[in-house]
Amino acid sequence: MSTSLNVWSDALSEFSLFGLPVGLVIVAALPLVFIALYALTYGVYGERKISAFMQDRLGPMEVGKWGILQTLADILKLLQKEDIVNKSADKFLFVIGPGILFVGSFLAFAVLPFGPAFIGADLNVGLFYAIGIVALEVVGILAAGWGSNNKWALYGAIRSVAQIVSYEIPAAIAILCGVMMAGTLSMQQFTILQQGEYGFLHFFLFQNPIAWIPFLIYFIASLAETNRAPFDIPEAESELVAGYFTEYSGMKFAVIFLAEYASMFMVSAIISIVFLGGWNSPFPNIGPLLLNDWTTGPVWGAFWIIMKGFFFIFIQMWLRWTLPRLRVDQLMHVCWKVLTPFAFVAFVLTAIWEIYVK
Amino acid sequence: MQELGKAEHSSIRVTPQGENRVIVEKDLSSEEMILNMGPQHPSTHGVLRLECKTDGEVVIEAEPYLGYLHRCFEKHAEMVDYPGIVPFVDRMDYLASMNNDFAYCIAVEKLLDIEIPRRVEFMRVIVSEINRIASHLVAIGTYAIDLGAFTPFLFCFRDREHMLNLLEWTSGARMLYNYILIGGVAYDFPKDFAHRTLEFVKYFRPKALELQKLLTENEIFVKRTKGVGMMPADVAINYGWSGPMLRGSGVEWDLRRVDGYSVYPELDFKVCVPDGKFSDIGDSLSRHVVRALEIEESLNIIEQCLDKMPEEEGFDPRSAIPKRIRPKAGEVYGRAENPRGELGFYIISDGKSTKPLRCKARSSCFVNLSAMKELSLGQLIPDLVAIIGSIDIVLGEVDR
Repeated sequence: MSTSLNVWSDALSEFSLFGLPVGLVIVAALPLVFIALYALTYGVYGERKISAFMQDRLGPMEVGKWGILQTLADILKLLQKEDIVNKSADKFLFVIGPGILFVGSFLAFAVLPFGPAFIGADLNVGLFYAIGIVALEVVGILAAGWGSNNKWALYGAIRSVAQIVSYEIPAAIAILCGVMMAGTLSMQQFTILQQGEYGFLHFFLFQNPIAWIPFLIYFIASLAETNRAPFDIPEAESELVAGYFTEYSGMKFAVIFLAEYASMFMVSAIISIVFLGGWNSPFPNIGPLLLNDWTTGPVWGAFWIIMKGFFFIFIQMWLRWTLPRLRVDQLMHVCWKVLTPFAFVAFVLTAIWEIYVK
Repeated sequence: MQELGKAEHSSIRVTPQGENRVIVEKDLSSEEMILNMGPQHPSTHGVLRLECKTDGEVVIEAEPYLGYLHRCFEKHAEMVDYPGIVPFVDRMDYLASMNNDFAYCIAVEKLLDIEIPRRVEFMRVIVSEINRIASHLVAIGTYAIDLGAFTPFLFCFRDREHMLNLLEWTSGARMLYNYILIGGVAYDFPKDFAHRTLEFVKYFRPKALELQKLLTENEIFVKRTKGVGMMPADVAINYGWSGPMLRGSGVEWDLRRVDGYSVYPELDFKVCVPDGKFSDIGDSLSRHVVRALEIEESLNIIEQCLDKMPEEEGFDPRSAIPKRIRPKAGEVYGRAENPRGELGFYIISDGKSTKPLRCKARSSCFVNLSAMKELSLGQLIPDLVAIIGSIDIVLGEVDR
């Protein structure tokens, strides 16, 4: 009984046909299918539905049952649209902008461990790479905003660069606190270190009381990095029309949109790997109830990290549909005068904890 | 103004208003950029165009350009007879058609000097107060959108729907009612109207509280609006402000109280002014709070009216409507408290015609908007949006 619940998951990963590891391929395909489904279609659908339920509406209901095919229909529509590049635009930057954005947000998926059996590339500087490659979005946004040759887009781009570059600092320091606790930058190592029979008690968030500070700081900063409310000033639709993608339409617009959802999942996954155990099951073993053992396995791993990511995405959406937007100077105030000092304090405290208490 | 004059030369921008506001000082000389905001911009509430001179994010000067929704109301009014003007009046401030009709009818009735049945007066007050709530909800909701909160907007529209249903039930239309006529109203209230309205009032009170918790007391919302767009009372009076805008500056001026038209003197309601504890008197937050408080007062007024309204079986609300409206020569200025301020009609009659010789509308939004240039001085772009939102313009009335 003890392992019967996850036996299928292990068996699947060991399954082979004519000596070929077919099972492993299937396990590896799960996250990829998820990425394609979530980031390319159902992130948008989820947001529309969640916002609708928060606002006493139904949301998309027409295409498919409960509107589940709405995003596909939207993509088809966007594909058919005329590809407009305005006359005065810097054509090269205008075209390359969404591309850089898209590449930046999707490259980070390479180092995400989707379970013990699957990680695209287990770099020894995985976390560093992820933070760095997500920051590539700034270049894309600036190219898009500048290339549009539109004053509103320019405002959006400049705001965005100022915001993302500023918020990288508290975010990186907060992540460093996690790195100090783990002593590694490899994402897979991070997750393995948080493994244990007591489930969530092994997560860094519960290993160290100070970890809550960098956890919250990183979460707030990640909202700003992905341009989500209440820090969505780069695309503030009531101020800047649509910010840096004002001039975009058709598939270029869709690409920007999908990149946003991909990076939303990316930061959610990073926060769950660093502080919440990545693909580890949060359930502890209680006496004969071996909840942790039952919910551990290659497929379970993918399930847990995706669920943890979804949880943070849900909170991001929740905040977005509840809070008003900050002003530019207030945003900078929060970053430089609140988050950064606290991040440094957390950094020092974590170091002290790691050296003297642990 | 003087500060700005100095700033022009030394390239120092001073933004004097607001909490935690940074004084922007620049050593590097920077160039100004002209930024065209509108007429198709999400937060200009229609087709207002602002030509902003900006230095970075700081708006040095914003000049409003009007006329994109100009429909020649005043000329039209000279072409049609007095009752025919009512539908045109509806289309001025399309969010508060009942109140517009009310103001126009007050003016013409003053010219004609006719007696209105008491029940009709109550009916007019009830429908216009319902419409006032609906209009304030749109104002609050769109203001929330301007500041980036989407959900309060939809909550407002959800509740507004109930009011539109009530008004549709009464008048047959959802937005442009053509209900209040000169000397009466178009139809008597449907049976059970009082009951359903009271039900709505009971439903709406907790929702208003929810809105208050979600929006008005939200930390970010307060931070965004407190101290932004300050308007001292004396300057507001000089600009001719009225309605929630003037009350937001702390002046107790409400035509329902000052003029005491219709049955308002019999009703017990408060003229809402900010107390200065929650907001700085005269800022955008005060104006928002005044609107929120007025919703509460309007609910009270509706309840009182339903209580006091004389019940008459087979009442004919058109009984006092004159068969042929041809006022004697003269001129009149009639005004009423609209959700956006004082809406007045100045009508000249030559005594021979059934059409007015001149019908000038004193639009509340237009007058309130005239202070835009002063308010926008040295503000950031997000604050400019917050200020426009707090003025609560309806371009239909600004341009007429």
